Amino acid sequence: MHGVSDEMSDLLNIEINGVALQVKPGTMVIEAADDAGITIPRFCYHKKLSVAANCRMCLVEVEKAPKPLPACATPVTDGMKVLTKSPLALEAQKSVMEFLLINHPLDCPICDQGGECELQDVAMGYGQDMSRYHEKKRVVKDKFLGSLISTDMTRCIHCTRCVRFGQEVAGIMEMGAPGRGEHTEISTYMERAIGSEMSGNVIDLCPVGALTSKPYRYHGRPWENTTHDSIAPHDCVGSNVHVETRRNQVMRVLPKENEAINELWLSDRDRFSYMGLTSGDRLLQPMVKQDGEWKTTDWQNALNYAVEGLQRVKTASGAETIGALASPSSTTEELYLLQKVIRGMGSNNIDHRLQQLDFANQDTMPAYPCMNQSIADLDNINAALLVGSFTRKDQPIIAHRLRKANKSGAKVSVINSVDYDFNLDLSQSVITRPDDIASQLAGVVKALAEVTGKSIPDVLASSISSVTVTDEHKAIAADLNDAENATVLMGIHAMSNPNFSAISSLANAAAELSGATLGYLSAGANSAGAWLAGAVPHRAPGQQATDGKNAMQMITDDMKAFVLLNMEPEYDCANPNEALSAMSSADFVVCMTPFATSTMRKYADVMLPVAPFTETSGTYVNVEGQWQSFTGSVPPMGDVRPGWKVLRVIGNFLKLDGFDYLASEDVRDELDGLTRELETNSRSEITAVNLDSSKPELTRIGHVSLYAVDSLVRRSEPLQQTDDALAAMIAVNNVTAKKLGLDSGQMAVVMQSNTRVKLPIYIEDAIPDDCAFIPAGVTGSVELGLSYGPVEVAGG
Amino acid sequence: MMFAQRDKDQAKLDLISAESKADIDNWVAKYPADKKESAVMAALRIVQDQNAGFLTNELIDAIAEYLDMPAIAVYEVATFYSMYERDPVGKHKLCICTNISCMLCGSDEVVSHLEKKLGIKLGETTADGKFTLKEVECLGACVNAPMLQLGREYHEKLTPEKLDKLIDSLD
Ligand code: SF4
Ligand code: FES
Ligand code: FES
Repeated sequence: MHGVSDEMSDLLNIEINGVALQVKPGTMVIEAADDAGITIPRFCYHKKLSVAANCRMCLVEVEKAPKPLPACATPVTDGMKVLTKSPLALEAQKSVMEFLLINHPLDCPICDQGGECELQDVAMGYGQDMSRYHEKKRVVKDKFLGSLISTDMTRCIHCTRCVRFGQEVAGIMEMGAPGRGEHTEISTYMERAIGSEMSGNVIDLCPVGALTSKPYRYHGRPWENTTHDSIAPHDCVGSNVHVETRRNQVMRVLPKENEAINELWLSDRDRFSYMGLTSGDRLLQPMVKQDGEWKTTDWQNALNYAVEGLQRVKTASGAETIGALASPSSTTEELYLLQKVIRGMGSNNIDHRLQQLDFANQDTMPAYPCMNQSIADLDNINAALLVGSFTRKDQPIIAHRLRKANKSGAKVSVINSVDYDFNLDLSQSVITRPDDIASQLAGVVKALAEVTGKSIPDVLASSISSVTVTDEHKAIAADLNDAENATVLMGIHAMSNPNFSAISSLANAAAELSGATLGYLSAGANSAGAWLAGAVPHRAPGQQATDGKNAMQMITDDMKAFVLLNMEPEYDCANPNEALSAMSSADFVVCMTPFATSTMRKYADVMLPVAPFTETSGTYVNVEGQWQSFTGSVPPMGDVRPGWKVLRVIGNFLKLDGFDYLASEDVRDELDGLTRELETNSRSEITAVNLDSSKPELTRIGHVSLYAVDSLVRRSEPLQQTDDALAAMIAVNNVTAKKLGLDSGQMAVVMQSNTRVKLPIYIEDAIPDDCAFIPAGVTGSVELGLSYGPVEVAGG
Repeated sequence: MMFAQRDKDQAKLDLISAESKADIDNWVAKYPADKKESAVMAALRIVQDQNAGFLTNELIDAIAEYLDMPAIAVYEVATFYSMYERDPVGKHKLCICTNISCMLCGSDEVVSHLEKKLGIKLGETTADGKFTLKEVECLGACVNAPMLQLGREYHEKLTPEKLDKLIDSLD
C-alpha cells in the first residue's frame, strides 16, 4: 500500500506548448495550463464546479491523439505533449466559436455583460471576424428568477455553470436545462424565483449576458467603474469584496477572491445590501432638536449640542446614567472610541450584544467569541454539532464550508428551536423549544461521558443528572467522539437564547469531552471586534474588568442619556418595546446613524450622520480573529463623517485624554497594542447550569431573519423582495394551532409587553409544540417585547 | 421557504395510483437505496401510462415528491426524451422516424400518406382523439427503414398498403 501511495504522489512530466511542467496525476490539462499561466479558452469549465465538458471551447491538440481533446476533461498522463496554439487546436477553437455564435445574438451594445463577457473576449481572441451564418437565430423567452437576477436567455450558451452551481454549491437544484438540443432552455421549474441565499454568484459564473444583476441592470459599463477592496459588513465571516464605484457612487459589490475566507463566492446579503446606501432616509446633515423642532445644523454646533447634553445629564444624574448601544456591525475603531468616550465620562455602560438576553456567563467568556479554527478548516471537519444556528442563512459562507465537509462524509447535527431547511444532509436534527435547548445539549454531554468513559465536570454533573439521554443524543455523541476533527458551534440563536450561559457551559463540556473545537458564530460583522474593543460593560480593552450595565439592563434601568451607534432600537434590540420606551423616557439621546427614521426623530435630540462601511475606513475582526482593515470606497455623502472621526471630536470636546488620532489606523494600532497578548481560545469555564426554569405556556421564537440584521440590509429593496425577507407573522405547528383554536391564514392577536399586534397565522410543522415563531426586526413585530419569552396569541 | 419540509406532500403523492406506486417501487428496488432517482425514467413512463399517455406538471411534481428529487430534475428528464408527452395524445400514437436512413428510404411518403389518410399534420391529434402523428428521430431500426413505432411495437419496411392495413386494424 505504501508503495502505491508514493507512486500516486509522484509528479508527472508533461509539456504544454513546449513548456515542461510537473503536475500531479489526476490534474486536468486545463488546470495544469492555468497554473502555468497558459491560457486555454473555456466556457463551461470552472475551477470550483464539476467538469461538464459540454462547450468544447477548450479543445487542444494532444500529441498522438487522433483528434483535438477538451482540456477540461482530459487528465494529464506522463510524457503528454499538449499544444494549445497549433493549427489543429486553433482551427478547432475557431470552429467551436463559430458554432457557439450561431445562436448567440450579436447584441453586445445593449447587453449588460458587455466589457466583462467571456464570450466577447474569447470571440475576439479565437473567433473569426466575419459570420458565415445568415439563417434565423433561435430566440428564447426570458425567465423570471426573482428580484436579484435578470435574464436574457437568448444569450445563454448552455454551459450549465448556473445549474451546477445550484446542485453543487448552493445545495438546492433550482435551475435546470429542460428540453433537448436546440430546444434546451435554462430555467427554473415553473418560473419559481430562486431561493438560494447565494444565488447572486450565478451572475459572476454566467460567462455571457444571460444572467445579470437586476439591481445593476443598465447602470454602467465595467470599464467606467473603479474597484476598491473592502470587507462585507453583515456576518462574522468577513467576506472580501470589491466595491465598484463610479463618480463617487457605489455601483455594485462583487466578491474578491480569497481562498481562505469566501473563496470566490459571496452571499446575496453581502452582494446586494449596497442598494440600501442610497435609501431615501439617509441622513446627510447633522440635526438637532430644539424646542421640539428638528433643525439642520453644522457639525460644530451639533457636536457641541451633543456634548453639552451629555454633560448636563452627567452633572444632574451622574455618569452611570449614561449608556451606549452599538450595532455589532460597527467598525472596531468606532466601537473602541465609543467605549473610550463613555468610559472617559465615567460610565461603563456600553454594549453591542443587542439581541442577548442572558449575560450571566459574561465574565467567563473568552476574550472574544470566535471559531477557534480557520474558516477553511471547516472543509476538513468530520463531525459538527450546530447549536442554535441556522448557519445556511446566518453565515452562508460557513454553511458552504460545512456543506463541502458534509459532502465528503462529515456528520453534521443540529440542536435548534426551528426545523430549518439546511442544505446539508443532517445526521441528527433535534428540534425543541428555546428553553429546552440547554437540556438537549445536556443530553449530548451525558451521552458523551458514556461513550468516552470520561466523567462530567463536577460543577455540571449534579445539575444535569435528571436529564434523559435519547438515541439522538447518543448518535451525536458518537459522531463527535469518532471524528478526528470535530467542532461544536454555537450560533446567533444560541447566543440570544435566554439560557445562553447554560448552553455555553454545556457546549464547552461537550467540546471538552469529545475533543471537539468549540466556536461561536456571532452576530453581525464585528462582534469579535466589539469584544476586543471593549464595547462590553464588563471589560475594558485588554480584558480589564469593569462594572457596567449590559444592553438589556440599559433599556430597563431608567437611563437618562443614550448614545446610539449605527442602530435602531426597535429593530435591533431583543426587546424593542422596552428599548423604545427607554429611548423616549431618556432625557438626552444622541444617534450616530447613517439613516434617520421618523421614530428616531421622536426620541432623539441630536442626529449625527455617520458613514456606512463604504464611506469610512475601519476594521472588522472576523470569526477567525482576523483583523481585516479597509478604506472608504467613496467619499462620504453630503456632510456625513466617518464614525471614528465624530467620536474623536466628541472626545476632544469632552476634553478627554488620548483622542488625538490622525487616522483610523492610529486607533486600530492603539487597540492592537492593548489586545495583542490576549489568549484567543474560545473555550470558557464550565459552570453549573440551571435547567429547570419554568416554561411558559406559549413561548415566542423571535429569530432575526437574515435580511433584517442591520439597518443597511433592511433598506436594500431587492433583498427585501426575496422570499427570505420574512414579513411579520405567527407560525405555529398544528398541535399548538389546535390548542389555541387558530386556523392557517387567519389574523390573530399577539400580546406581549402590554402591546397587541395583529398578525397572520401560518401553520408550520417546523415549529416545536407550544411555540410561536414571530420573527424579530421586521415591521409589524417591532412593537412587541422579548424575542424569546412568554407570549399570548388569540384568534380574532 | 426556510423551514424544512419533513413530511411528504400527500396531496401530490395521491396523484400517483397505488398500482403505479407498486410498479415504481419495483424499479426503485433495482437500484442502491440511496439512488432512488435512478428510477425516474421508469416512473415517468409508468405515470404517463396511468394518465392516458401524457404527463402533466402536477404529475411531474408528484414523481419528484415520490422519488425525493428536485422538481426541475424530473422536468429535465421529462422534456429531454421524446417518448414523454406533456400534452394529451390520441389513443394510438404513431411515432414516425424521419431520421436519415428512414428519410432516404421514403419516410416522407409515409408521413404524407398518414397525414392525408388521417387529415392531420405531424404533431397533431385527430378530432376524435384516436390518432396522433409524431415525428421522432432514429429508433435504431434503420435496416428496415422506413419505420414507425406504435405502442411497444415497431412497424418496419413501411408501404402505403401496410400503413392502410395498420390504421384499419386499429379501433
Ligand atoms: S444561463 Fe449563463 S451560466 Fe447558465 S447555462 Fe446559460 S450561459 Fe451558462
Ligand atoms: S471548457 Fe472544456 S468543454 Fe467547456
Ligand atoms: S433512421 Fe429511422 S430508424 Fe434509424
